[in-house]
Amino acid sequence: MTGEPRESGLDGRVGAPVRTQGPAERLGTIRDLSRPGRRAYSFPALDVPERVLPDDQARRSRPGLPEVAERDVVSHYTRLSQLNYGVDTGVYPLGSCSMKYNPKVAEVAAQLPGFQRLHPRQPEGTAQGALELLWRLERALCEVTGMARATLQPPAGACGELTGLLIMRAHHAKGGNPRRKVAIPDSAHGTNPASVRLAGYEAVHVPSDARGLVDVVALEKLLDEEVAGLMLTNPNTLGLFEQEIERITEVVHGVGGLVYYDGANLNAILGRTRPGDMGFDIVHINTHKTFATPHGGGGPGAGPVGVTAELVPLLPVPRVDRDEDTGAFRLHEDEPDSIGRMHGFLGNFGVLVRAYAYVFLHGRDGLKEVAECSVLNANYLAAAIADEFPAAYPDGRPMHEFVATARRLKERTGVRAVDVAKRLIDLGYHPSTVYFPLVVEEAMMVEPTETESRETLDGLAEAFRRAHREAHDDPQILHEAPVTTPVRRLDEARAARQLKLRWDPADQSARATPGSRRPTAAPIPGSRS
Amino acid sequence: MTFAPHTDDDVRGMLEAIGLGSVDDLFAQIPPSLRLDRPLDLPDGVSEMEILADLRRLAARNRDADELVCFAGAGAYDHFVPSVVWALAGRSEFYTSYTPYQPELSQGVLQALFEYQSMICELTGLEVSNASLYDGATALAEAVNLARSSPGRERVLVSAGVDRRYVDTLRTFGRGAGYEPEIVQTEGGRGGDPIVTDDVACLIVQHPNRLGLLEPARELFDRAHAGGARAIEVFDPLSLGVLAPPGELGADIAVAEGQPLGNHLNFGGPYLGIIATRLEHVRRLPGRIVGETVDVDGRLGYVLTLQAREQHIRRERATSNICTNQTLMAIAATVYLAWLGPEGLEELGRRCAAKAAYAAERLTEVPGVELLFPGEPFFKEFPVVLPRPATEVLDALVGRGYLGGVALEEADGHAVLVAVTERRTREEIDGLALSLKEVVS
Repeated sequence: MTGEPRESGLDGRVGAPVRTQGPAERLGTIRDLSRPGRRAYSFPALDVPERVLPDDQARRSRPGLPEVAERDVVSHYTRLSQLNYGVDTGVYPLGSCSMKYNPKVAEVAAQLPGFQRLHPRQPEGTAQGALELLWRLERALCEVTGMARATLQPPAGACGELTGLLIMRAHHAKGGNPRRKVAIPDSAHGTNPASVRLAGYEAVHVPSDARGLVDVVALEKLLDEEVAGLMLTNPNTLGLFEQEIERITEVVHGVGGLVYYDGANLNAILGRTRPGDMGFDIVHINTHKTFATPHGGGGPGAGPVGVTAELVPLLPVPRVDRDEDTGAFRLHEDEPDSIGRMHGFLGNFGVLVRAYAYVFLHGRDGLKEVAECSVLNANYLAAAIADEFPAAYPDGRPMHEFVATARRLKERTGVRAVDVAKRLIDLGYHPSTVYFPLVVEEAMMVEPTETESRETLDGLAEAFRRAHREAHDDPQILHEAPVTTPVRRLDEARAARQLKLRWDPADQSARATPGSRRPTAAPIPGSRS
Repeated sequence: MTFAPHTDDDVRGMLEAIGLGSVDDLFAQIPPSLRLDRPLDLPDGVSEMEILADLRRLAARNRDADELVCFAGAGAYDHFVPSVVWALAGRSEFYTSYTPYQPELSQGVLQALFEYQSMICELTGLEVSNASLYDGATALAEAVNLARSSPGRERVLVSAGVDRRYVDTLRTFGRGAGYEPEIVQTEGGRGGDPIVTDDVACLIVQHPNRLGLLEPARELFDRAHAGGARAIEVFDPLSLGVLAPPGELGADIAVAEGQPLGNHLNFGGPYLGIIATRLEHVRRLPGRIVGETVDVDGRLGYVLTLQAREQHIRRERATSNICTNQTLMAIAATVYLAWLGPEGLEELGRRCAAKAAYAAERLTEVPGVELLFPGEPFFKEFPVVLPRPATEVLDALVGRGYLGGVALEEADGHAVLVAVTERRTREEIDGLALSLKEVVS
């Protein structure tokens, strides 16, 4: 690899994904820029007397943080950002992630000082606007999902799952037996079984049938009085609507179990149908999927959880309520049946401000249109590449995403789903999710989302088809891809074998002790001097 | 409105391409009995101008820390956020990206997280850090899960000096994990006498504690180790320029609320859960971890590593269920710590301590106002006893332009915890003392 940008192949039709590093360029860490005595920070003159902390509590040597100028900080992290692909860079068709456009107005709103500069322990009377926002968002989310009340506290979907499962546990415990098991489909996202275990349950797996739907007969067989409930997405992880959902919820309720709706795929059904109407008892929402709050490179998210009227007393505390007489909003914690607190404060409030902006900007018709266009886009793209990458379950019509398979391609050419994904990068696109769900061989899970235009989908489809052609004509192109990125395929086995999870610790003895204003430290090992 | 770009022609053409007559046909698989036959009971969509006006109206109903001088702390602090932090963390290549599953397109986030992990190790004196958890309280719950890995050691001892909200969160998580946190009483607001028997998994100490006081952390952790249990420290990252780091105090696992590191108050979130530990526990550490490696050409690069710990691989045997975390807040913390540097961190700690000491002096000059634990050492916050109920006093202080602190249960509700960051000026502290005098006399 010379580091020279290579020809991507689709001249001018797609953007370069990220800036390629030049041949001489090796971007070090921020610590490599460190020079003793260099600084970015500034403070006003100290206007009170100095004070000495107890000596036995004092730090003996300074931490090996970088000593850099502000200009270094800005260049370094700007450069890093240029090595990254985001939704603002281009289409991001990661299945099960709903990586749609994140409205800028939501960012502006969340940065209003009235939200951003609000302390979580302020007297309620000084935070009425924030509490009203939470109260109104809760009601909107309940309407969208068909639930009675919700908690906005869980900071992400997985925490929402745990919240829901602890509610399930508390519900059964009230009846005398918390039960032992929770059923999940074999295609479930990994957080489902992990959350089940954290809630003190054992996961039992429900197989999919030939159509890619829950095998209801198999489900009925494993249901008994020890099954606390079933966790399900609908549309399911294969992008298909569980048409027998009413029967599914009925049989689970038949043994006294509860049915949990994993909201990962809520985007597909907004305003068209509601989990509550399908018989679900507990619903979580991923605001960073359905309601376009930016995912931040891995977070923050928010995972509100809605429940039926029967389960409301079990919701976490604190809760936001409105005094009917005065109209004032207040927080209250005095709920004896509550499962308790799921977060240090009220959850990811700043994310919830963005979700509020999204929900009320769209309104009743806009949300429905979101679902319609997301399903239209997924179906259009699925059809456009079906000859090359057939659907894993061709009999069902996909909803907002589809699972295609590169199994046939692999058999014929040796080119795997991962190779296609990496080639898409060189062709200017972020790849789809690959190798999930686990039940599909060489899975490619594609979710274009509603904010992509027909032209973008046509370009993406052409890239898929081109990769397919190349796999037959010159498979080496795919095996070697990507070649246009700052780094090429990385050695993950080595990363796990030769663990290097931090920069080399600096030599402690070389560093000044606290108290000396002008440290005379030696150059930090690893710096370029 | 929506952000879908489709024209009527697009929709017609796309439906035609897939052989359908109408949008409704796309939803034909939803059984008729389940189809919502009415519009959602929500307002009509609005324009950007209107939603912004609505949100500005809501924001204006709050009295934020620009309007009120903030002496509130108790787990969230009004430290200064330098301009560079969100100018960089707010770049949309960072904030609109997903978890870095495709490392070739995600070197920016991955390297920033590698630097974050490195800086957390430097701060704490511990060997490994993950790439973030949700917040301080949930990070503590994860630390307990990590610590409860030896058979027969099930019990969780928590110093009464640990934030009550953290203990409440443990109680919730413990319902699933099968433990009930047991409180170890403090003496004079700190310390205590933990009895660590061979069924104890861990002892948790917050230092500085929930009342701002410095704990005898070394002695407490020695007690934990003597009983064969693990020592967990809840620390304040901005105390570590002046206070001994958790690794030196003997903590096996250290967790913190990372909000003070360049993150805004945000009414309680999004914040940053920090966790660091010794290398021997790395395979049980929850969440994402970034590692350095090389690409096929030998070029250095970064990937998510040790994924066999995680839910998407290990499923019900994963070390945690965490998936989405607080990456962007970790990037902000990284930029902030780069701006601060080792000297700035120390300088900041000294300022907080000096200003808190000055504030304690001024406030206790007010007749009837006393330190709750006179003579006990504290860092940047301290509890005072008031002659009137705390909530009444705090409300009256709001009327004079101050968030005067956070009410405590101690002293029959007559105590307030006062936090003083580097942002507070002598004039503001004097002003608070003057207002407090007016309010309590």
